[in-house]
Amino acid sequence: MQFGIFTVSDITTDPTDNSTPTEGERIKAIVTIAKKAEEVGLDVFALGEHHNPPFVSSSPTTTLAYIAAQTEKLIMSTSIAHITTNDPVKLAEDYAMLQHLADGRVDLMLGRGNQGNVYPWFGKDVRDGIELAIENYALLHRLWTEDFVDWKGKFRTPLQGFQSTPRPLDGVAPFVWHGSIRSPEIAEQAAYYGDGFFANNIFWPKEHYMRLIGYYRQRFEHYGHGTAEQAIVGLGGQAFMRKNSQDAVAEFRPYFDNAPVYGHGPTMEDFTEQTPLAVGSPQEVIDKYAAMREYFGDYQRQLFLMDHAGLPLKTVLEQLDILGEEVVPVLRKEFATNRPESVPDAPTHASRVAARDAAELAVVK
Amino acid sequence: MRTIAVISAGLSQPSSTRLLAEKLAAATQAGVDARVEFVELREVASDIMNNLLTGFASPKLEKVIETVTTADAVIAVTPIYATSYSGLFKSFIDILDPDSLAGMPVLIGATGGTERHSLALDYAMRPLFTYLHAVVAPTGVYAASSDWGSDESSLSKRVERASAEFAALVRESDRSSLVRDPFALPAGFSPAGALGAP
Repeated sequence: MQFGIFTVSDITTDPTDNSTPTEGERIKAIVTIAKKAEEVGLDVFALGEHHNPPFVSSSPTTTLAYIAAQTEKLIMSTSIAHITTNDPVKLAEDYAMLQHLADGRVDLMLGRGNQGNVYPWFGKDVRDGIELAIENYALLHRLWTEDFVDWKGKFRTPLQGFQSTPRPLDGVAPFVWHGSIRSPEIAEQAAYYGDGFFANNIFWPKEHYMRLIGYYRQRFEHYGHGTAEQAIVGLGGQAFMRKNSQDAVAEFRPYFDNAPVYGHGPTMEDFTEQTPLAVGSPQEVIDKYAAMREYFGDYQRQLFLMDHAGLPLKTVLEQLDILGEEVVPVLRKEFATNRPESVPDAPTHASRVAARDAAELAVVK
Repeated sequence: MRTIAVISAGLSQPSSTRLLAEKLAAATQAGVDARVEFVELREVASDIMNNLLTGFASPKLEKVIETVTTADAVIAVTPIYATSYSGLFKSFIDILDPDSLAGMPVLIGATGGTERHSLALDYAMRPLFTYLHAVVAPTGVYAASSDWGSDESSLSKRVERASAEFAALVRESDRSSLVRDPFALPAGFSPAGALGAP
């Protein structure tokens, strides 16, 4: 089971003192947060891709390479990289390059991006979102698994004998997760390829995602990649903790009330009841997230959103200390209890190389 | 036995909008064997606004949406504010899945202080439901304040006429027995794409 954090890289005014970090401060804070994630024993750092303020991360591979150079074990990922508006050829090249530089500590979470005006800025139409996600990934997948590709599609110029470079490290592509909020087409796509499926999970009630993940698991089995319980599932989460529950509630409330996405809407009490947001003591967060496997089945990756809504860097680092020292070690034990042997861990570069070698050996024999 | 969801967007208590909704429901039941379920939008007003902001419905609102979208037919009655349906009424419509009322028989009604706004039914309510691909009964009913106290009021006749037309549509509706698959993939969908699949 992997634990980590994901960020959307928003620059948001701190509602408690009206201060707003500069782009430079926020970018450096993201690097500091990622390094802290490794220091406190987390496994994954995932960075979003956006092309409009208030978000600052437009080109994840640059930042992730910089972080990878300063970390030892942390896996770099995205939350999410756009499969719709990026050229799949550039995605294949950029993330293979990152994979080499990070010695394989890279996987890739793809999504469509939810902002309609970004599409036309990249010469695309938001109404083609699903079709772009399907076609572009079909090409990306081939570029990473075949050395020379002939290609003709609807959305980009054809390719004849094209080889993307560098080739994936050890001939094994980064593992791919497909992120989705509501589209069964994307769950179907993830299942078809035997890729991972990541449910954002933080803004909506878990019941919605239970249905979507149930569908993905069933289709994963249908396409012959293993049993439904062996499908590779990741979940988003969100927590704010203090030693005393009341302190967490009091401190987080102004950030909640003014947060982008859900601010000025439901009360924090309603929202924590209806979604996976947990605000309280470390034990309350443990209880809420230990229960996730009962709803979603044993899964492979849990990422937390910890650094949004204008929370100051100092607070975020304190949160990561609590997450890494008090919450995740207990969750690791809880998730390991009664976990069936047949449920795989999240794929890593090493495990994928080993699986490839084993498969080749089996063919030789 | 059919099920009719009756949406009332009145804000005051008691509400003439609710009163009109009840008259329309009762008159419809005279023409078709149907159970009616009333939905008072006022009771879920803040849930509707929260849904607009967060993108998901509270459990209470989810039940209301379920009641409306799985009915065999809908009676929708709103007060007319500033020449159109009320903001609360439109906000509720806005949170529904745009396909969720396709094929739904709908009887439209409205209330207002003066008869002068009666055409709001036909330039605001009717196009709204047409956009949603609902089947709107030919006659809508508008009740002005004066309709409730006038001997010569033709309100009852208008209610009877509209409800009779609507009842005929309700009798034919089998929407409540339709199976809805939220994971239905579009026809012809391929996870590998139509082009370039290995």
